[in-house]
Amino acid sequence: MTISKTSSGSRARTFLTRLEGPQTMGRGPAFWIAVTVAAAAAAAYPLIADAWTVGNAAYFLIWTFMAMGLSVIWGYAGVLSFGQTAFFGLAGYAYGVITLNLGAAYGLTILALVLAVVIGGLFALVIGYFMFYGRIQGVFIGIVTLSVTLVLETFMAQTAGPQWRIGEARLNGFNGMSGMPPLTLPWFGGDIVLYPGPSLYYLLLGLVVVSYLGLRIMLNSRFGNVLVAIRENPHRVAMLGYDVRLYQTLAFAIGGAFAALSGALYTAWGQYITPSSMGLTSAALPIVWVAVGGRRDITATLIGTIIVLAGFQMLTIYGSQYALIVMGGLLLVTVLVAPQGLVVGAMTLLGRIFRRGKS
Amino acid sequence: MALFQSVFAMLYQFGDTFAFLVISCAGLAVIFGMMGVINLAHGEFIMCGAYVTASAARGGLPLPLAILTGALVAGAVGMVVERLVIRHLYQRPLDSIIATWGISLIATQGVLIVLGSTMQGIGTPLGSIDVGGRSYSLYRLVLMACALGLLGGLYLLFYHSRFGVIARATIQKPQMAYALGVNTGRMYGLTFGLGAALAGLAGGLYAPTMTMVPTMGATFIVESFVTVVVGGADIFVGAAPAAAILALIKAGLTAWYGQLFGQIGLLVTVILVIRILPGGLSGWLKGTTR
Repeated sequence: MTISKTSSGSRARTFLTRLEGPQTMGRGPAFWIAVTVAAAAAAAYPLIADAWTVGNAAYFLIWTFMAMGLSVIWGYAGVLSFGQTAFFGLAGYAYGVITLNLGAAYGLTILALVLAVVIGGLFALVIGYFMFYGRIQGVFIGIVTLSVTLVLETFMAQTAGPQWRIGEARLNGFNGMSGMPPLTLPWFGGDIVLYPGPSLYYLLLGLVVVSYLGLRIMLNSRFGNVLVAIRENPHRVAMLGYDVRLYQTLAFAIGGAFAALSGALYTAWGQYITPSSMGLTSAALPIVWVAVGGRRDITATLIGTIIVLAGFQMLTIYGSQYALIVMGGLLLVTVLVAPQGLVVGAMTLLGRIFRRGKS
Repeated sequence: MALFQSVFAMLYQFGDTFAFLVISCAGLAVIFGMMGVINLAHGEFIMCGAYVTASAARGGLPLPLAILTGALVAGAVGMVVERLVIRHLYQRPLDSIIATWGISLIATQGVLIVLGSTMQGIGTPLGSIDVGGRSYSLYRLVLMACALGLLGGLYLLFYHSRFGVIARATIQKPQMAYALGVNTGRMYGLTFGLGAALAGLAGGLYAPTMTMVPTMGATFIVESFVTVVVGGADIFVGAAPAAAILALIKAGLTAWYGQLFGQIGLLVTVILVIRILPGGLSGWLKGTTR
């Protein structure tokens, strides 16, 4: 008995030690204290801010899932996908169709959220199967994924007629769907409806923390190590007996599922979804966040995404038309000056200063 | 007579799609096939060509000259872009996609801010002809001839001119070409400029048939990417037959089921082709002849 107890205990310990590892930046007590402080500050935020600002912060958090998924696909597995918005949009529509048909009672919206993520992930799995088992590589993957999302946009934009309905839900073409219920938690003495505000914010914050820590464990596990090895040298990995295609397809599906989570949450947050969420401009957004932050590290991606989103919102106050120009400029500067990402550059610099101070 | 009518209608539809695919993908195919760079700003070079053409034509230049001006201006812009940005990214093809995307965002939004959300277009010239009671645009027939002329011209340029020989040598063995005294940097610049000029030509040729908006490049981009993916890296063995096959599929599906199924048919074809022929048509054709 004691033996099994210690082995399960040590297994849990190995599991937790994977929170740190070669594939993720940040280790040691100082880093985890900083993470705890950041999480605590984020949790305390609704106490000092008004409901609208908190709902707005929740909006930022929604996008981080898509960014982290893209970081896994692009940064860790080395596969550039331009089509994360396809999974985002598909899941958004799926959430809308399911909730409009089933209603919001009995926690069915949570089921709709899960189903939407599964649908998005499965779609990514199918696309990934065709791409990776077809052995297309590099730039072609970018083109195929971009074409997929643009064709989905065109398809959804022409569903204006009354014949385009799934059960109760009209797809409404270019104007998109609206009026679906927000996430609702069944609770004793009445359901809790998660309108944009503190309650939704806490749910999203919890999801972000769980996803972030979960991804750290996954990336430092064997799976993550193989992904990084494939990025560095696919031939050698294949020679060592790993099925490169399988790993890439799985990574693509995981990234797609995260994009789908963003999409379903976005629909639940704003209670609408339009075809333009799958368009060219929308498809560029996750690339900008992840590239600017630093695609090869999940922490940098998370920080970068929130900084860029907040920055753009401030920018749109002064003139939304210049936001896209600044975005394009940011991409150019990042690629030419700091290809590993601005946040990664800053973090490396901080780490160097910190270490120098110690010695 | 009824048979002739419907055959002509089918042929016209096919030729129209074929011409559109060939003309819009030529610039992309040259840049990708020759340099391995995917130019996501392709649509914006097309837009540049179209805007210059429309402005020149309304300024009094005859249309063919205006189109030529559009192509030249787009080519010059392309060479500047290559010098400033693309040149630093030849070792990092994924980053060059990102950079060209950044350029595309800046160009679209910049034009929107400077020139407004729309621009006065120029009408379609040449009028129409009547075949068996239905009228067909004569300009579109001219475009079909242009597509064939373009393929022929590119073939002559790459296989029967000094520039073509040096360009192909630079692409295949850059170090060797450099050792033999070829200024490879200049060749890359010229090739990228040629690709951009071809995109500008596409914009100029289609300017009279389209609404002039800053996002007009996006209407070309999916079709041209699809053609290049199906065709593979070589424009003659790949892109041209790919355009023919895709035009057949799209024209057929559009005629029988409508515009949307044409588009979806294209996408399904692409996904099937990459599953079956990863190197595209050109990889397959070259593989069987070897």
